[in-house]
Amino acid sequence: MPDFEKVYDVAIIGGGNAAMCAAITARQAGASVIVLEHAPRAFRGGNSRHTRNLRAMHDGPTSVLTESYLEDEYWDDLLRVTGGNTDEKLARMTIRESSRVMPWMMQCGVRFQPSLTGTLSLSRTNAFFLGGGKALVNAYYATAEKLGIVISYDAEVLSLDLDDGFAKSVAISANGFPQTLRAKTFVVSSGGFQGNIEWLKKYWGEAAENFLIRGTPYARGRMLQNLLDQGVQSVGDATQFHSVAIDARAPKFDGGIVTRLDNIPFSIVVNQQAKRFYDEGEDVWPKRYAVWGRIVAQQPGQIAWSIVDQKSEKLFMPSVFPAITANTIRELAGKIGLDADALEQTVNDYNAAVQPGEFNSQKLDNCHTEGLEPPKTNWARKLDTPPFICYPHRPGITFTYLGVKVDEQARVIMADDKPTANLFASGEIMAGSILGRGYLAGFGMTIGTVFGRIAGQEAAKHARN
Amino acid sequence: MHATEATQAAQRSIDICNACRYCEGYCAVFPAMMLQRAFTTEDMSYLANLCHNCNGCYHACQFSPPHAYGINLPQQFAEIRVESYAEYAWPKGMGSAFARNGRAMLTLTAAALAFVVLAMLLLVPNAALFGALSGAGAFYRVIPWGVMASFAGVTLLFSLVALLMAARNFWRDTASSLTRTISFSAIRTALSDAATLRYLGGGHTGGGCNDLDASFSHTRRKLHHVLMYGFFLCFASTSVATLMDHFLGWQAPYSWYSLPVVLGSLGGIGMLIGCVGLIWVKIATDPAPVARAVLGGDYALLLMLALVAKTGLLLLLFRATPAMGMLLALHLGSVLALFLALPYGKFIHGILRFTALLKAAVEREGRSVTGS
Repeated sequence: MPDFEKVYDVAIIGGGNAAMCAAITARQAGASVIVLEHAPRAFRGGNSRHTRNLRAMHDGPTSVLTESYLEDEYWDDLLRVTGGNTDEKLARMTIRESSRVMPWMMQCGVRFQPSLTGTLSLSRTNAFFLGGGKALVNAYYATAEKLGIVISYDAEVLSLDLDDGFAKSVAISANGFPQTLRAKTFVVSSGGFQGNIEWLKKYWGEAAENFLIRGTPYARGRMLQNLLDQGVQSVGDATQFHSVAIDARAPKFDGGIVTRLDNIPFSIVVNQQAKRFYDEGEDVWPKRYAVWGRIVAQQPGQIAWSIVDQKSEKLFMPSVFPAITANTIRELAGKIGLDADALEQTVNDYNAAVQPGEFNSQKLDNCHTEGLEPPKTNWARKLDTPPFICYPHRPGITFTYLGVKVDEQARVIMADDKPTANLFASGEIMAGSILGRGYLAGFGMTIGTVFGRIAGQEAAKHARN
Repeated sequence: MHATEATQAAQRSIDICNACRYCEGYCAVFPAMMLQRAFTTEDMSYLANLCHNCNGCYHACQFSPPHAYGINLPQQFAEIRVESYAEYAWPKGMGSAFARNGRAMLTLTAAALAFVVLAMLLLVPNAALFGALSGAGAFYRVIPWGVMASFAGVTLLFSLVALLMAARNFWRDTASSLTRTISFSAIRTALSDAATLRYLGGGHTGGGCNDLDASFSHTRRKLHHVLMYGFFLCFASTSVATLMDHFLGWQAPYSWYSLPVVLGSLGGIGMLIGCVGLIWVKIATDPAPVARAVLGGDYALLLMLALVAKTGLLLLLFRATPAMGMLLALHLGSVLALFLALPYGKFIHGILRFTALLKAAVEREGRSVTGS
């Protein structure tokens, strides 16, 4: 049990990538550091455990990145996905700094793998962690322990005492026991609130009960709420989250990457009324998977079923959950609890609307429907070859956008635009400043690493003055 | 390979692994897995024998216990490996030796020691057995060369045939779907992968593997090298000695600086260090990814190898004293047990691992040709 009587130079709230980057950087700058991680040791690391790579600017090939990825292209990519919902100054600073973090990460024991195989071709823009995010988290914790950082697992920070922009102490539940910890500075890296269904219900009503949370159940937004309640300035739309339509049979929390399903472009997707509701072939899957979480969230019961026939069976990775198969559409309707007449009607209408064309699973092939609402604009083939294969989908929430505002020193900003004196933030809790909307693979880890480093540096500097 | 609880549990894990693929950079198992969408029990046998038990995928897994998915490939693969040893054992009935392998191996060792000691007490005159003998042919005055050589030769030859038959059974079971033929370069790759223990190296970054916990080291790899090459040196020592005796007529014992003694001493010391070190790693390692049920066989082989090495070294040290006779009996008894145990204990992992590496090398060549 750590010493909660001691006044540390820096107290880190959270235990994911951003928290550990802040902790190690502060310690390397000479500060005494304690990490307060809500999760038990086995589930430490927040959602960083589920990450896989970091988007890094680079002006030439490196051992793990191909070609080059320069600031302007990076910025353009960010501008495109956020629709301008970003802060150019913070964003460009993050992008430039991303070109400098990898050597430091490697010194901390993070290992990268050479450009990868597989479906996502991100080897030019993203550096992949050997073994993924948990291996990265393990490396940071091992480094932290070696440096003498105190790590307290099962330590949920309940509130922070913020007095006129000055953070004095935090109230903690440590292994179930109440504790108060004072520190000279605090870094809050406790993530978003996607693990808090009650909070999501404020915006989504009962529908939120049907959402699946893809990552850690410990991202409950307790500190986020606490800081906003005390007059900290917020960024990002509270009602928004990033989500993907995942297999509906995934566990409520922490199902992770393996619950994804990439069969939608080759399928028709129906809701509880056995009706189609969106163009399944609108674009290639890497550009559409992030859309479907929201679309399914808007359907009754927050559930939908994708149906393919035998022709398309080998075009996608099978779900880890067994396919629901049937030899007739009526039989399938019975198995998934839909009205058989209605489903048959939907399939017949769709089949009748499919136009002849040259099917090509690898690109937009213009195999489309005519006179069908909504249309299917690519990969439209008749569903006529049994067995029919079906998967249920539900929205899987990845992260929320609401956060606290920070400046370039990672200082938390109050509602009156004044910076706090000794309170810094890094990671998902402030990422909404830079990624206000949309999704850019590996950018969350970039923000967490860059701002974790800045927050750690600044907190140590402040504490030692 | 027939389906068991272990293969079914691993199949479920592998489906999850194949949807995740975060571990693809660790070893040959994951690239091999990614060639397929669905897995048979034969695939499980192949992947399990390809696994070097480095624990990298366990410690990196966001779904390892206590996560609900409970992914623990090192443990599941270790269980399947032992089941596969039983499945492929030749002759077939001998597979039952793997059921409680630790006990079987120790019983065999005790029996072999007792047999040799008793035989010598009964058959060798006391003067030869308990006298301080020296000069050329000293050992053979205790046990005639012909007896020693024929016991060793027959048992070793049988065991080598049994090992090769097991490898053949394994290959037939798991590699029947290979469309490519085995090239020399694939054999070279597999030999090099085995000789360097490439997949305990930690991928291209070379940081080693998770010997004890989530941190990386080369400890286990180095200890295995010391043990394996020590074993080969001892084998070389015996071979050289046989040649010297048979073709040159130079009879043992040989001088301290002779080739057989130098090779054997280095090899024996290496084997001892390797065995003790690997036993220590097994005791000290994080138990979570360990398959407890198979540990008995693992320890048994290490103890048997250590016994052979230790009795050999003692024999060398005390060969000019009255203790030589009994030390010779113990050494030959432990060697006899080891030779008999080769195809029916943990030693078999070497030849099946090599066979799996060979299949992986052939598959890899196929991939680079088609570019997929």
